[in-house]
Amino acid sequence: MGTRRIREEGLRVSSTTEQTRRTAPPQRPGDRVFGGLSLGAALLILATLAGVAIFLTVQGIPGITASPEEVKYDTTFLRYVGPLVFGTLWAAALALVLAAPVAIGVALFISHYAPRRLAQPIGYVIDLLAAVPSVVYGAWGMVTLAAAIQPVYLWLEEHLGFIPLFAGPASATGRTILTAALVLAIMILPIMTAICREIFLQTPRLHEEAALALGATRWEMTRMAVFPYARSGIVSAAMLALGRALGETMAVAMVLSASGVISLNLISSTNPSTIAANIAHSFKEASGLTVNGLIATGLVLFVITFAVNFAARAIVDRRKEFSGAN
Amino acid sequence: MAKSIDVTDLNIYYGDFLAVQDVNITIPARAVTAFIGPSGCGKSTFLRSLNRMHEVIRGAYVDGKVLVDGEDLYAQEMDPVNVRRKIGMVFQRPNPFPTMSIAENVLAGQRLNSKRMKKSEADDVVEQSLRRAGLWAEVKERLDRPGSSLSGGQQQRLCIARAIAVEPEVLLMDEPCSALDPISTSVIEDLIHELKNDYTIVIVTHNMQQAARVSDQTAFFNLAGVGQPGRLVELGPTEKMFANPDDPATEAYIQGRFG
Repeated sequence: MGTRRIREEGLRVSSTTEQTRRTAPPQRPGDRVFGGLSLGAALLILATLAGVAIFLTVQGIPGITASPEEVKYDTTFLRYVGPLVFGTLWAAALALVLAAPVAIGVALFISHYAPRRLAQPIGYVIDLLAAVPSVVYGAWGMVTLAAAIQPVYLWLEEHLGFIPLFAGPASATGRTILTAALVLAIMILPIMTAICREIFLQTPRLHEEAALALGATRWEMTRMAVFPYARSGIVSAAMLALGRALGETMAVAMVLSASGVISLNLISSTNPSTIAANIAHSFKEASGLTVNGLIATGLVLFVITFAVNFAARAIVDRRKEFSGAN
Repeated sequence: MAKSIDVTDLNIYYGDFLAVQDVNITIPARAVTAFIGPSGCGKSTFLRSLNRMHEVIRGAYVDGKVLVDGEDLYAQEMDPVNVRRKIGMVFQRPNPFPTMSIAENVLAGQRLNSKRMKKSEADDVVEQSLRRAGLWAEVKERLDRPGSSLSGGQQQRLCIARAIAVEPEVLLMDEPCSALDPISTSVIEDLIHELKNDYTIVIVTHNMQQAARVSDQTAFFNLAGVGQPGRLVELGPTEKMFANPDDPATEAYIQGRFG
């Protein structure tokens, strides 16, 4: 007890010096301003997101609970949104499957294979693809691509018709879900390529040399050092691209001739629509609870996009220890 | 397994720039040869030319001959990939593949040779290589952990295990201890002593005491001035080089008067 009291007194005695030592060092005004700005920016994002979520929920719930007689689409919300969810996921997944290998290949070519004189122009051209407005892609897909690719669909029906994906009957206009997915793939190519390129370029020279010194060819070096290191980045790039494909409205609305079915058939004239394209199509003529229903489909899209991002995080985190970040 | 290296009239260029001029040296098998010299004298460049790793930099080439057991590494039909499979290298900073486990790191070279191995065979290679690298006791319980979970010195020994797992003819070491603490350094130096029974070892070091401790033969590289090519100034048995070198520049460097 005695020693404790002494110690406490000692603490009290030294508390003045202690206090001066503990106060935070003086902050420069520049630091304070910048800290405030970045905090503000972060909060703004959260506020915007919360605002969107609240709007979608408040406006959407009446649409979800509305009975079939009250809305233009004459059915319950779940039955209405089901095919749309399927179409959205199906088109986006197809687009990702088509775009990912190309994006990774182009990024790898730019970062590791192309001579420097060629690499830069190709990079610019790819970036330029991102600057084309989606309505232009839509017009091109609807007018040019659909017509050009229609004979291919006929061929697919004839020769690969036994696979359900190509069962046919082939669309006469070519405006199928596969055409829409192709347009989407081209649209998501730039962002995926750009991110993959940046990540491939960041592969530590040390690891590349380790592989080469073991007697790796260039491709083996890529598989040993570049891809594993870039794994989480590739997943992130794919997810950003997928997010864009899920939400893309104009191009899909223009290209796709939709009829609200659930079908895996890639080349027929009856295609599922996507949530975003369906909203664009239906919003103008909608009124009352139908509007709420459409907003509710938007809420579903919002939730899907969130889920996709969470899934991507989970994939990236699963092998965190092996990521090379430590 | 261990082979000697004969270098005649080797010039190393980066584009138009002559980096190393006119090297003639014989590196004996089953011995440690150390390269010392001030920064920029071309000792690392020369080391990397011994397994054609310097060619990783665009525009790099050599003229002259590098014979490993009579075979010219720079012959027309020689593929640098095959050269590197026979001549292993350990780098300045430990560079285990972070995305692979400890065991996978050791087997990385084997997998490149696309040898199909049974599980038991692969386990043997892992154990043998890690034992020879003096790391087995420390990692045998956690072979499936990432290589990057080890300390710096352990990582460097893992890299040595990875290099010797493919039974190379020569082992090149480019300042293997310069990023390590003194205790890890001495572990690796002991390891070099043991490895020289089986391998031809060439080590570049910035640390003259290290050269004195580990090597049988020492080569001193120097350059006449900035922008001048590096040259091999003197080569001799390590004791003689440190006690009684022939060249005044060698003596000045070893006594710490420059560099």
